[in-house]
Amino acid sequence: MAAAGAAGQEKQLAPTLLSFFIYNPKLGPKEGEEEKKILFYHPNEVEKNEKIRNVGLCEAIVQFTRTFSPTKPAKSLHTQKNRQFFHEPEENFWMVMVVRNPIIEKHKDGKPVYEYQEEELLDKVYSSVLQQCYSMYKLFNGTFLRAMEDGGVKVLKERLEKFFHRYLQTLHLQSCDLLDVFCGISFFPLDKMTYLKIQSFINRMEESLNIVKYTAFLYNDQLIWSGLEQDDMRILYKYLTTSLFPRHMEPELAGRDSPIRAEMPGNLQHYGRFLTGPLNLNDPDTKCRFPKIFVNTDDTYEELHLIVYKAMSAAVCFMIDASIPPTLEFCRKLDSIVGPQLTVLASDICEQYNINKRISGAEKEPQFKFIYFNHMNLAEKSTIHMRKTPSVSLASVHPDLMKILGDINSDFSRGETMDEMQTLQLLQPC
Amino acid sequence: MAAAAGRQPPGPAEGEAPAAGREAGAGGEEGEGRAKGGVEAGGCYLALCARPVHFEKANPVNCVFFDEANKQVFAVRSGGATGVVVKGLEDRNPISFRMEDKGEVKCIKFSLGNKILAVQRTLKSVTKNANILGFCWTSSTEIVFITDQGIEFYQVLPEKRTLKLLKNQSINVNWYMYCPESSVILLSTTVLGNVLQPFYFKSGTMSKLSKFEIELPAAPKSSKLSLSERDIAMATIYGQLYVLYLRHHSRTSNSTGAEVVLYHLPREGSCKKTHILKLNRTGKFALNVVDNLVVVHHQDTETSVIFDIKLKGEFDGSTTIHQFVLPPRSIQPYQIPVAGPPSVTSQAPVPCKLYSSSWIVFQPDIIISASEGYLWSLQVKLEPVVNLLVDKGKLMDFLLQRKECKMVILSVCSQMLSEPERGSLSVIATVFDKLNNEYKKYLEAEQSYTMVVETGLSRSNPLLKRPVRTQAVIDQSDMYTHVLSVFTEKKEAPHKFTIAVLMEYIRSLNQFQIAVQHYLYELVIKTLVQHNLFYMLHQFLQYHVLSDSKPLACLLLSLESIYPPAHQLSLDMLKRLSTANDEIVEVLLSKHQVLAALRFIRGIGGHDSISARKFLDAAKQAEDEMLFYTIFRFFEQRNQRLRGNPSFTPGEHCEEHVTFFKQVFGEQALMKPTTF
Repeated sequence: MAAAGAAGQEKQLAPTLLSFFIYNPKLGPKEGEEEKKILFYHPNEVEKNEKIRNVGLCEAIVQFTRTFSPTKPAKSLHTQKNRQFFHEPEENFWMVMVVRNPIIEKHKDGKPVYEYQEEELLDKVYSSVLQQCYSMYKLFNGTFLRAMEDGGVKVLKERLEKFFHRYLQTLHLQSCDLLDVFCGISFFPLDKMTYLKIQSFINRMEESLNIVKYTAFLYNDQLIWSGLEQDDMRILYKYLTTSLFPRHMEPELAGRDSPIRAEMPGNLQHYGRFLTGPLNLNDPDTKCRFPKIFVNTDDTYEELHLIVYKAMSAAVCFMIDASIPPTLEFCRKLDSIVGPQLTVLASDICEQYNINKRISGAEKEPQFKFIYFNHMNLAEKSTIHMRKTPSVSLASVHPDLMKILGDINSDFSRGETMDEMQTLQLLQPC
Repeated sequence: MAAAAGRQPPGPAEGEAPAAGREAGAGGEEGEGRAKGGVEAGGCYLALCARPVHFEKANPVNCVFFDEANKQVFAVRSGGATGVVVKGLEDRNPISFRMEDKGEVKCIKFSLGNKILAVQRTLKSVTKNANILGFCWTSSTEIVFITDQGIEFYQVLPEKRTLKLLKNQSINVNWYMYCPESSVILLSTTVLGNVLQPFYFKSGTMSKLSKFEIELPAAPKSSKLSLSERDIAMATIYGQLYVLYLRHHSRTSNSTGAEVVLYHLPREGSCKKTHILKLNRTGKFALNVVDNLVVVHHQDTETSVIFDIKLKGEFDGSTTIHQFVLPPRSIQPYQIPVAGPPSVTSQAPVPCKLYSSSWIVFQPDIIISASEGYLWSLQVKLEPVVNLLVDKGKLMDFLLQRKECKMVILSVCSQMLSEPERGSLSVIATVFDKLNNEYKKYLEAEQSYTMVVETGLSRSNPLLKRPVRTQAVIDQSDMYTHVLSVFTEKKEAPHKFTIAVLMEYIRSLNQFQIAVQHYLYELVIKTLVQHNLFYMLHQFLQYHVLSDSKPLACLLLSLESIYPPAHQLSLDMLKRLSTANDEIVEVLLSKHQVLAALRFIRGIGGHDSISARKFLDAAKQAEDEMLFYTIFRFFEQRNQRLRGNPSFTPGEHCEEHVTFFKQVFGEQALMKPTTF
C-alpha cells in the first residue's frame, strides 16, 4: 500500500557530468602556483580554491596509488555520490572526469530522499569515455605537447577551451554503455564484387584528385574501407557517426537543399554534396574551409584537411595534406568527378545490399541478442542496440542485463591483468 | 599496279586501258608518289614477307601465270617447249617439266595436290560456239569450266583420261571470279554486269546461291558493261565470305572519295550489303585481306590503309561505316637480295620499287611483281601499331583480333604500367576487362566442351571440336609472368599505384567470374607487407577479396611475427576451408595451444583417432604442469573408454610421458582401471 504509493513516486535520475579538468603537475610545482597546473576546468564557474583543491586531491590519489603499482596508478575513485576517472594520455598531462552516480529520488513523509546508486556505473565504460575525449581532442587539435611547442600553455589552454567547451555538452553520459568500451567500428556487409568496385572507385578518385592522401568509404554510417590506420579510423568513425552525419540527417529528411542540380553542365545529374567545406559551389565567394585533423601522431604526425562528400547513403572522406589548401576550383573538380560516380556506386551498393538481405533473410528480427566485438579489426555488431544516436542509446534489453554484460566484460579483462589496484574503492563517503 | 583485284595471269598482255570509272594517270606520277609515301618510314605496319618466291620475270619468251587455288607461279618458256617451272609459297621445291608447244598458253593450273595439269591454249570451246573464259579446280579431281554462255562442272576420271559432266548451267557470263578458300565462283551477268551469281562447290555438287546486284555509283549512261572484275574481290573475313566492291569516286554523288563496299555472302540466305569502308581519297586502289583486315593500297600516294570490320563503326540501320584504323603508311621498304653466290656479290642489295605499276595483287594476301619476278605474301606488323593507336581500348580491340598478338599485348600491358607512358587506372581497367572478356570466352567454351565430353554426348555430335586457344587468350599466368610480377618487382611506381593495379586486375577477373589464382593474392600480400599496410590487408581479408586457400593461409601464418593478428586470420581461413583440419591442429600445437587443439578436434569428432604422443609432446613443451596433467588425464580417459583400461599401449609410444607424469604428480595420480 504505502510501498506501492512510494514506488509510484520514485524517480530515477541519470548519471551526470559533475566536473571535468585537465592539469599538468609540472606546470606549477611550487606552493602558491597551483593554479598554473590547471589547463582546463569545467564548470568554469567553480571557485578557484576549489579547483585547486580538487586537482590536488587527484594528484595525491594518483601519487598514493603509484606506490602500489608504479606503472599503473589508479584509474578511478569510487565514492558514495560520485565517481572520478583519471587518465594520463600524455606524460604528466592528466584528465579527470567526475560523474555523479545515478540517484533514485524517493518521497518519505512528503520529503524527497535521495538514494545514490554507488554500484551502477561501470568503470570500464566511463574510463573509455574519458579516453575517447582525449582521442577526439587529438584528432582535431593534435597532441597537448604539440600545442605547448606551438605556443606554450596559452595556446594549449585556448585549444582545450575551444574544443571541450562544446564537446562536453555532447557527452550524454546517461546513454553510455558497453559499446563505448569497445569504441568499435561497424562494418557494412558487402559481397566481394561490390567491394572490389568500391576499391576501384577509390583508387581512381585518388588518382584523379592526386593530392588525396587517404580515403575512407562509408555506407549507411558503416565503414567499408579505410586508408587510415586503425586507431585513427576508430576515432574518425566515431566523429562521423555520432556527430557529423547526424547533424546532416535532419535537413536530408526534411527534403531541404534538394541536391539534384539540373544546371550542371553536360547533364551530369548527381546527388553528391559536401558535408564539410563549401555549401554552394556556384557561389564564387563560398568558403572552402575544411576541418583539420591530425593522424599518425605517434609517428609521422600528419595534419590533414578532412573533406566529407556524400551521395545518397554513400559517404567518402578524402584527406589531403594540410599544406595544400583546397580551392574552390578543386572542390568543383571533386564534385564533377566524384559526384556522378558516387551516385551510381551508391545505388549499386543499395541494390546489392537488398539482394543479399533477401537471400540471407536478414529482414527478420534477429533470433539471438548479441554484442560482437573483434579486437583485431575493431569490428563491432550489436543486435541489442536498435540504433545508437548520440543522445539516446536504444538498447532493446533491460538495463540490468546491460549492466551484467558490462560486469562480465570487465571480469574478463580483469582476468587478463589481475590488477586490482586499477580500481580504488573508497568506503567512506566523500 | 595494274589490277585492283586481278585474277588474270600477269602475262605480256598486261597493260590494258584503265577500266571505266577509274582515275587515270597513275603511271606518270610514280616518282612523286614515292616521295610522298616514303617519308614516313617509321610506323610501317605492313610488310612484304622476308622469303618471297622468285621466278623468271615475264618477257616475250617467258609467260608467267598465277594460280590462286594452289598459290603457285608458273613460268612457261616458249609455250612450255623449253620448260615450265612451278613455284609456290608453301611448296618451296619447284616443279619443272616440259610439254609440247601446241600454241600460246592462255591458262595453266594444277589440280589440288598437283596430280593433274590443265592447260588452256585457245579461247574457243570445241563443242559449242562459246568462248572459254577460264577454268578452276575445285578439288583434286573436279574442274569447272566457265564460258561466256554458262558454267560446266566436270569430274576428271584420270584412269580413263576422260571428263564426266556433273552439272551445267546456261547463263550469259561477262566475267568470273573464283575464291578457292570458300569454293565459290562468282559470275558477272546481265548487260551492265552488276548482277552477280554465286555458285558453291562441295564434293561433287554444284549449288546455286541466290544472286544479288551491286549498286553502281551512278546510273550508267549506256547499256554497256559497267562493273569490272578489277573492282571486285572475294575474301573470307572472320570466317565469313564477303564480296568486296571498290566503288570509285563519282563526281555526281557528293561522296568524299572512293569506298569499299562489303557484301556478306552467306552459304544460305541472301547476300546483304553490310559494311562500307571509307577511303577518303581517289585514284588507283588495290585490295588485300590479311589477318582478317582489309588492306587498301593506294598507288598515287604509295601508301596503304587497313580496316577492321570488327571494330566499332557508325551504324546507319543496315550498314556499318568504317574509317581506317591507322593513319596511311607505306609498306615497309624492301631490299631485293642480289642474285648470285654471296662470295661473289659484294654490292649492296637493291631497294625494291614499292607500289610499282607492274605489281599485281591477288586475294587474299598475294602481291606479284611480274617485272622483277617476285611473289610475296603481305604481312601485318603489330609492334608499330602500338604507337599509332593512342586509344588503348581501341588498340586492345584491334590486337585481340590478330593472330600473333600475345607478346605485343603483354608488352602493351607492361608499357602502360611503367613510366614514361603510364596509363591512368581507368585505361588500365578497360584493358584488363577486354583481356579477361576474351579469356572468359575461352574458359566457357572449354568448360562446355569438357562437360559434353564427360556426359558422353560427344558421340552424338561428331562435329564437336575442342575449342582452339588463340593467342588472344591471355590468362592469369601470362599476366603474372610477363607483366605483374615484373612490375611489382621493379618498384619504380608508388606502392599505391602498384596495389591499385593489382586490385584492378583482381576486380576484373571477379567481374568475369574467373577464379583468381593464389599467386596473384600472394603478390598483393607481399606488396602490402613490404609497405607495412597490414590494416589494408586485414580489410581485404575481412571482405574475402583475397579468397580462402591453403597456400594463402600458410602465407598468413608466416606473417605472424610481423603482424600478430595474421595468426588468427590464418586459422579462421583454414576453418572456413573445412578441408584443413589437420593443419589447424598442427598450427595450434606449434603455438602450444594444446587445449584449443584438443577442443577443436573433439568438436569435429576426431578425438578418438588422434595420436596421444603428439599432444603430450606439445603439452610437455609448453612447460605448464597443469596443462600436461589435463592432457594426460584426457588420454587416460580415452583409453578407458576405448579399451576399458586407462594405461597406454606400447604402440602409442607414451612411456616417456608416463614416467614424467609419475615424476611430477606421483604414481598414485595415475588413473585406476575402473572395476565393476
